[in-house]
Amino acid sequence: MSGSFAYTAQSAKGALKAAGGVDLDDADRAIINALQGDFPVCDNPWAEVAKALNLEEADIPLRIEKLLSEGVLSRFGPLYHAEQMGGELTLAAMGVPDDRFDDVAELVNAHEEVAHNYERDNDWNMWFVIATDRPGRIAEVISEIENETGLPVHNMPKTEEFFVGLRFEV
Amino acid sequence: MTKQFDAPQLDDTDRMIIQETQTGLPLTAQPYHDVAARLGLEVALVMARIKAMQASGVIRRIGVVPNHYKLGYRGNGMSVWDIADADIAAVGKTVGALDCVSHCYHRPRQGADWPYNLFAMVHGHNRDEVEAKVAEIAEQLGALQRGYRILFSTRILKKTGLRLTGTGPAAKRSAA
Repeated sequence: MSGSFAYTAQSAKGALKAAGGVDLDDADRAIINALQGDFPVCDNPWAEVAKALNLEEADIPLRIEKLLSEGVLSRFGPLYHAEQMGGELTLAAMGVPDDRFDDVAELVNAHEEVAHNYERDNDWNMWFVIATDRPGRIAEVISEIENETGLPVHNMPKTEEFFVGLRFEV
Repeated sequence: MTKQFDAPQLDDTDRMIIQETQTGLPLTAQPYHDVAARLGLEVALVMARIKAMQASGVIRRIGVVPNHYKLGYRGNGMSVWDIADADIAAVGKTVGALDCVSHCYHRPRQGADWPYNLFAMVHGHNRDEVEAKVAEIAEQLGALQRGYRILFSTRILKKTGLRLTGTGPAAKRSAA
């Protein structure tokens, strides 16, 4: 990858090559490739990035803003580790009959602790993440959902995390 | 990357910084100065706390997050695997290290209906590519895997970012 930034946790792993669809110039590409995890923590981080990438300092945040507004980037900033912040997370799944699917989705989504919810092509067709700051709250949310829907919820909290994160190369 | 359930201790200053930056850093000339100014804190303190949270793993990384869908990665499959308990740690590390895998976790089996205990998100340009990559993983694992499936998402039903306050029990201990 580009020389000056020292990649940390993810440097051992390669990056996925992006395939078309977006119109990026060399500077955009350099920013995206270099800044997926090593944004400096210092008084003038843009100056460091500008030096490393040989770009105009003031231009970099403007480009990031543009890439965010175009949806090429989904965010800029620190990515927090929920469990390390004292939060609790789980992945849960339900097998929902087709004719009840939308109603059940509404009941599940109404819980503010449900952060993501996806329909998947499986007998267990609804998969959602529950995140909370309050100990014991996950079990409560699960039993609330079971009571509201009359359907069993399969609770699959992680036992161990092997890897999280992925770099893309554009 | 390793098993880590003892959350580091966070105090009120850390929590203020988390809440201020959870949705992102300002795209200003001096982002950390602006965070500090908004919170009424010294910038040196803000930067020191952010570095400490990076070191303790509360912050995984700081930077830009590409929207993989926009970059052409439209096939995203949740592969689930039945791996013998004795092999799960080694297999988890191997699968997690593959370039196409973004998340890799050991999760509990759910009885006879669901023998799968390893979850790996596999990314590709389309469904066929994901299926081919998962088939390659299966081949590479050989007898280490006893069965697998790929679950593709067919609809996003809800997607709100995690909004945790850092006030969970582990975090609160330090405030006492």
